[in-house]
Amino acid sequence: MPGSIHASDMDKAPAAAGPRLGTGWRWWTRRFLRNRVAPIGFVIIFASVGIAATAPAIVPHDVRVMTPADALSPPGGRYLFGTDEFGRDVFSRVLMGSRVSLVVAFLSVLTAVAMGTSVGLAAGYYGGWWDSVSMRVMDIVFAFPAILLAIAIMAVLGTSLFNLVVAIGIVYTPQFARVARAAALSVRSLEFIDAARALGMGNARIVGRHVIPNVMAPMIVQISLSLSLAILSESALSFLGLGTRPPTPSWGNMLSDGRQLLELAPWNAVFPGLAIMIVVLGFNLLGDGLRDLLDPRLR
Amino acid sequence: MQRYLATRLLALIPVLLGILAVVFLLIRLIPGDAVQLFLGTQVEMTPEQMAELRRFFGVDKPIWAQFVDYLGRILRGDFGVSLRTSRPVLPDIMARLPLSFQLAMFALAIALAIAVPLGILSAVTRNSTFDVLTRIGGLLGLSMPNFWLGAMLILVFSRYLHVSLGQYVPLSQNPLGTLESLYLPAISLGVAIAAILMRYIRSSLLEVLGQDFVRTARGKGLRASVVMLRHALPNAMIPVITVVGFQMGYLLGGTVVIEEIFALPGMGRLVLQAIFQRDYPVVQGVVLTIALLFVVTNLVVDLLYAWIDPRIRYG
Repeated sequence: MPGSIHASDMDKAPAAAGPRLGTGWRWWTRRFLRNRVAPIGFVIIFASVGIAATAPAIVPHDVRVMTPADALSPPGGRYLFGTDEFGRDVFSRVLMGSRVSLVVAFLSVLTAVAMGTSVGLAAGYYGGWWDSVSMRVMDIVFAFPAILLAIAIMAVLGTSLFNLVVAIGIVYTPQFARVARAAALSVRSLEFIDAARALGMGNARIVGRHVIPNVMAPMIVQISLSLSLAILSESALSFLGLGTRPPTPSWGNMLSDGRQLLELAPWNAVFPGLAIMIVVLGFNLLGDGLRDLLDPRLR
Repeated sequence: MQRYLATRLLALIPVLLGILAVVFLLIRLIPGDAVQLFLGTQVEMTPEQMAELRRFFGVDKPIWAQFVDYLGRILRGDFGVSLRTSRPVLPDIMARLPLSFQLAMFALAIALAIAVPLGILSAVTRNSTFDVLTRIGGLLGLSMPNFWLGAMLILVFSRYLHVSLGQYVPLSQNPLGTLESLYLPAISLGVAIAAILMRYIRSSLLEVLGQDFVRTARGKGLRASVVMLRHALPNAMIPVITVVGFQMGYLLGGTVVIEEIFALPGMGRLVLQAIFQRDYPVVQGVVLTIALLFVVTNLVVDLLYAWIDPRIRYG
């Protein structure tokens, strides 16, 4: 059935028809734009990634240059968001800080997707002992509060960008394993899988050609929502001093410094937090919108 | 119900073993062995003395035997000894546990107090300006870091409203004082949960309101308030209970960050201090305690769910 249907017929198809990917870009773009929240989220994310990518070229001040004479200047004038206790420009640091936050978020979610999806697909598709063992392990990871587990991992591994990615990646792995497993289970017993096997396709090919495309819809939603959580986790860890180290500005360690200046120069704490909020909001809007688009059951 | 309780308790055993294994193995990830960690880098020792100490600590045994030792100690309530203060870890954790637990529960109470009325009103007035504004507010609440919200509350309350933020007062001393010292931290922690719960309450209520029995209730001429309070709401609130269970982890884990920003002497501050002093038995102990607390609260929520909804315990 898939493939033989025209895009125009799909519009009229009942919602229960479920998620279908690859029915043509034009059709998807149209649906995406008609959604009320997804495009807003997409614009926010697109803009943030753009800022992060070009930050070194567009920042008005060097983030490392200290201008003691201008220390703790309030927002406005030469310094849009004011300055910190060393006279460094908060606006430039917020722009540069987006790099660490976004890189850590993307890499850690990528780690979680890679680990979670392979574990979950294998568990759901093959079943058997691997299913029970791997899912029990995932349950155990899930039995720890996410931020606590990340804190514990950072405590033993030590602070570095790589460890941060590993810690956050591990914490968000079980979600992906569960989503992938559920999706693999639901397609495993469908007739087209039997048909593929009857045609002589191997397991790897069946998973690649038939199972993975069916996992995509819930996966994309989960990725978007996990990115929002990963940004929040990174900021919390850096705030606690367990994330990236100064002088590399990240929103989390800017908040950690800014908190010491809360009475004296509140702008040091206000702006990095607003930046986190906007980006996280972007991922949440995108995730919510995509969920409505891809998975009508969950509305 | 007893059968359900028994199966749930049995299912807990592998999870508990798993948690203990993770907490036990966590420390093995650190380069260097337990004896070196204990001694630090200052002390010079001969290999013979080191071997002697390894035997003393039991770290010369194979890893599974060490794990069995560890299980035995935990069952006896021996969480080890702090490397810095040489005091047993468990009493120190127990002294700080009430604050963290009260903070998490207070945050949950605040979240429910915000989410229940707003979620219901939002569902009843679907797509009105109120509904849209509430949902936008919910998304914003979900998107801000809880510790940043805490900092902003401190800023507003101390700088602009001139409210002094008092020290923590134990519940046994003065319950009102406890509430007064914890309400700002609890709001910071609870807002994101309020946003999540609000969303679930709204969609759950909308789903129930669309069902046949509600139409029947309306059809037989019941007043709108009776339909809502007697028929729709109780049914809509049941699935929300499980969502509360999922959020216990966020609440318990979040106390670590919130205690730090509000300078509250709970388990969170204990573990952070221990991390920076490389006091690993304390880190292990706190992580284990919070994870166990999470498992137990989750179990309580699940039992509550089964008690309220017979479909679960007989399912």
